[in-house]
Amino acid sequence: MYEFSVWLIVVNLLKAAEWTVILSLIAFVSGGAVGLILLFARTSHVPWLEGVTKVYIEFFQGTPLLMQLFLFFFGVALFGLEVSPWLAAWLALTFWTSAFLTEIWRGCVESLPKGQWEASSSLAMSYIEQMRYVILPQALRIAIPPTVGFSVQVIKGTALASIIGFVEVTKAGTMLNNATFRPFLVYSLVAAIYFCLCYPLSWYAKKLERRLNVAR
Amino acid sequence: MSLVSIRDLKKSYGPLDVLKGVSIEVAKGDVVAIIGRSGSGKSTLLRCINGLEDYQSGAIIADGIEVGSFKTNLRELRKHVGMVFQQFNLFPHLTAAGNVMLAPTVVNGASKAEAGALADEMLAKVGLSDKNDSYPSQLSGGQQQRVAIARALAMRPKVLLCDEITSALDPELVNEVLRVVEQLAKEGMTLILVTHEMRFARDVGTKLVFMHYGRVHEEGPPKQLFAAPKTPEFTQFISSIG
Repeated sequence: MYEFSVWLIVVNLLKAAEWTVILSLIAFVSGGAVGLILLFARTSHVPWLEGVTKVYIEFFQGTPLLMQLFLFFFGVALFGLEVSPWLAAWLALTFWTSAFLTEIWRGCVESLPKGQWEASSSLAMSYIEQMRYVILPQALRIAIPPTVGFSVQVIKGTALASIIGFVEVTKAGTMLNNATFRPFLVYSLVAAIYFCLCYPLSWYAKKLERRLNVAR
Repeated sequence: MSLVSIRDLKKSYGPLDVLKGVSIEVAKGDVVAIIGRSGSGKSTLLRCINGLEDYQSGAIIADGIEVGSFKTNLRELRKHVGMVFQQFNLFPHLTAAGNVMLAPTVVNGASKAEAGALADEMLAKVGLSDKNDSYPSQLSGGQQQRVAIARALAMRPKVLLCDEITSALDPELVNEVLRVVEQLAKEGMTLILVTHEMRFARDVGTKLVFMHYGRVHEEGPPKQLFAAPKTPEFTQFISSIG
């Protein structure tokens, strides 16, 4: 039997980690884009629009990400459409991320004084204009630390994509374990890789938060 | 014809009646001072005029546009009805000039150059020519409020609503703001002010409205009213503020 050296395990894990990073980045960016659109709907004061967004958010926040992955992977197949693990993972993570980011950002928007809305209203600005020129530039500053903090959750969330067969670092770990029968070593290395990805982000989020508090 | 016409306005928050049938006519060039105890509905009335609050019955017609009716084009209305707030509500992420330029550029489609010239003109008008590039946090309360006035003026409103604009200021800063408002009045700007500055209401106002429990209790020329109050409530109000 071919003997796996520790070095070979590490190399293979790092290769797979690339996919973890790619999936995280793409999910975060597209989740952020969807989240921004939802944010407009969620704070629009149009009852039906807010209602629909609320249900969406409740659904994706109130069900496990794993179930959402299953729904996209197996559910869409029921309609006769072939869904690759990659596409299912991307879609599920995008929707899941958008739901959480919308709620984080809504908090930031609502933490701004009501007077900002009133002043911009009294200047004949429309809702979109108010958001674009008055509210979001201010909310953005407050939103950065919790948003960076949440990106850690997205990275860890990608681990679940291994279950539907997407080969990222966790799936690679499982495969390497099956070949080497050294679970403790393999999964320790997997955990270490996640930590190296997540810790700098947590650290940066905390730093941003401190800086924001000083600026106030 | 009146520039602003308020007819039998009624508003309630649940069981609480805030306005119980208010009627006021404001002609072009009028300086209307609305006074009264806190809770008398004066700020609510003012906020109804540019649609920040809605109301249950009656009508407000400002510059030919009916506020609060189903067809109201609030955006069109607000282009002509400016407002200055007690808490200034400047946009903290923009400079003084940026605050003034925002609505003309975004709403009226003015070019950067046009809006810049407008900002220079308006900030000069409120005596802040040298503060174009200052952020609100670098300005005193009085200066901030004057920027807020310049910001409202930049839309060239036909009527300016002032909601207790000196109430949040330190006493020594009140006059610099009042002087600006007085100058506007002299230039013929139509003003509706909710105020606690009785001397200002008497000297600058062309019309005084005393509100009491959601109704117009007394109205008329300020000097006359202050000299000879007709109702015990107004007499008491005047004496209570000394």
